[in-house]
Amino acid sequence: MIPSIPQPKAFRGFYAAYVSIFFIYLIAPLVVVAVFAFNDSLFPSLPWNGFTLDWFINDTEPRLGLFQDHALTESIGTSAIVAFWVTVLAVSAGTCNAFLFEREKFPFKDLLYILMLAPLVIPGVILGISILVFSNSIINWVEAFSGIEIDALRPGLALVVVGQFAFITTIVTLVVSARLRKFDSTLEEAALNLGATRLVAIRTITLPYLKPALFGAAIVTFLMSFENFNTTLMLVGSDAPLTIEMYDRLREGSTPVLNAVSILLMVGSGILALLSIFVQRDRNKP
Amino acid sequence: MKETSRLGLLLLLAPILLWLACLVILPHIDMLIISLRTRVAARVYEPSFNNYIEFFTEPLYWNTFARTAIMSVTATMMTLMIAFPVSFYIAKMLRGRIKNFLFMLCLIPFWVSELVRTFGWMILLRETGVVSNALQWLGLVDGPVEMLYNDAAIMVGLVYTSMLFMVVPLVTVLDSLDDSLIEAGYDLGGNGFTVTREIVIPHAMPGIASGCVVVFMLTLGNYLTPTLLGGKESLWFTEQIYNQFITRFNWELGSAFGFLLLVLSSVIVWLGLRLSGQTLSQAIR
Repeated sequence: MIPSIPQPKAFRGFYAAYVSIFFIYLIAPLVVVAVFAFNDSLFPSLPWNGFTLDWFINDTEPRLGLFQDHALTESIGTSAIVAFWVTVLAVSAGTCNAFLFEREKFPFKDLLYILMLAPLVIPGVILGISILVFSNSIINWVEAFSGIEIDALRPGLALVVVGQFAFITTIVTLVVSARLRKFDSTLEEAALNLGATRLVAIRTITLPYLKPALFGAAIVTFLMSFENFNTTLMLVGSDAPLTIEMYDRLREGSTPVLNAVSILLMVGSGILALLSIFVQRDRNKP
Repeated sequence: MKETSRLGLLLLLAPILLWLACLVILPHIDMLIISLRTRVAARVYEPSFNNYIEFFTEPLYWNTFARTAIMSVTATMMTLMIAFPVSFYIAKMLRGRIKNFLFMLCLIPFWVSELVRTFGWMILLRETGVVSNALQWLGLVDGPVEMLYNDAAIMVGLVYTSMLFMVVPLVTVLDSLDDSLIEAGYDLGGNGFTVTREIVIPHAMPGIASGCVVVFMLTLGNYLTPTLLGGKESLWFTEQIYNQFITRFNWELGSAFGFLLLVLSSVIVWLGLRLSGQTLSQAIR
């Protein structure tokens, strides 16, 4: 059970073996994805035909490398643009919500809090279709009353941003609220006593204190947006973000260029993960 | 702390009200309304329960729904069974640096896209894949074996994707269990089995509940893993929703499906929280 309770040796060995197998199970899919990016073969499968970097840099069909495959590089750009806007919007709205729930008193606050959590409980596919249905209804109403067609609400990147924003804002709100709850509000009062206006006090005292949480939330938001699939699938138009482009190719069967993209994704999120750990480490120093 | 002015409160309320009204509440009401109507001619609709009647009378829809629910419950249970010993090992058997390292290792799948993880399983399980070749090399099978496109493959993928959301709450809750309670259990004559049943599991119940709730929700709403690992025969309910919306362009039926899935998900989450005596905000934290 625990180290202080003597156990038969066989049991300990068995337990350690089980945990080791578990970690192999955890790592195996990621390792094979990475390894087959360097296989000199047209398919991401055995046999191993030797090492190559073609799947990153080669510029002729059918062995088109990642950096030469414009459909892929464009979809990475599309994903980055979407993720940027989702981050900006969700972090701003989430911070407002955190101030609202931690600082204000108003009627129906508990009800609003439960509603704020709801997007996390709604499956992503359903969030996607409900927004798709509603935006279509808006288009129809506006068209019926004024004859103007709002093309921005048709499936496309704007809707994708809106759909991802709808559930990521909840996560930002929770992260920023947790940090704001620990804030010593006498610091802000001191600033007010020293003659600062409320906005100045928040800008110079509270926001710098919140910075690690805001930064951490921004990183998580960017990543969640970049990797979102379920909601995006329902709202996407003709410009495919990376996850949609990869999904289409995966279903049809693709060359190991997808492994190369996967490595790029792993390295990218690895860097972001390290960055967020770094930010959190700062958080421990007051 | 001074109360903010009325204007300040309104300014803070504006974004959240806009967000919840326009992106969560109204869309779902709209979806409900659309699911309760039927098309009689081009652009002419009539209120009716036809879509729900169709769901209950067409065995394919009904079976897919039940199958998705049952497989999600099974995947949740399997994730719990596999994750519990591992979480206990990390929380109670290990100390210091190695403990932190293994815990971080459990978080890796969160940082890697679900698409990449599923792709990894496709490479492992397909006919020309790694596992098939390893089995042939070991002499256990004669020819290539196709391990993709069946329920077991879907299950492996679902459990893998969900693991993180089970391990993290379990490790957190088991970390807070005092070692001396376990020792006391042994001193009073308990054995490994009774101590686990009487002390460890009751203590871990909040973590088990929140892990199960989150894993179940994510599994039920999953689309990628069943379609990619299960192929054409995956019969997952989110796939039905997608087909009605995008392929068949039958939004009325699709909305009804979406609503049924939402109800199923909410009911099971509510039951799970009820049985463990938790609230939603506790489970999500």
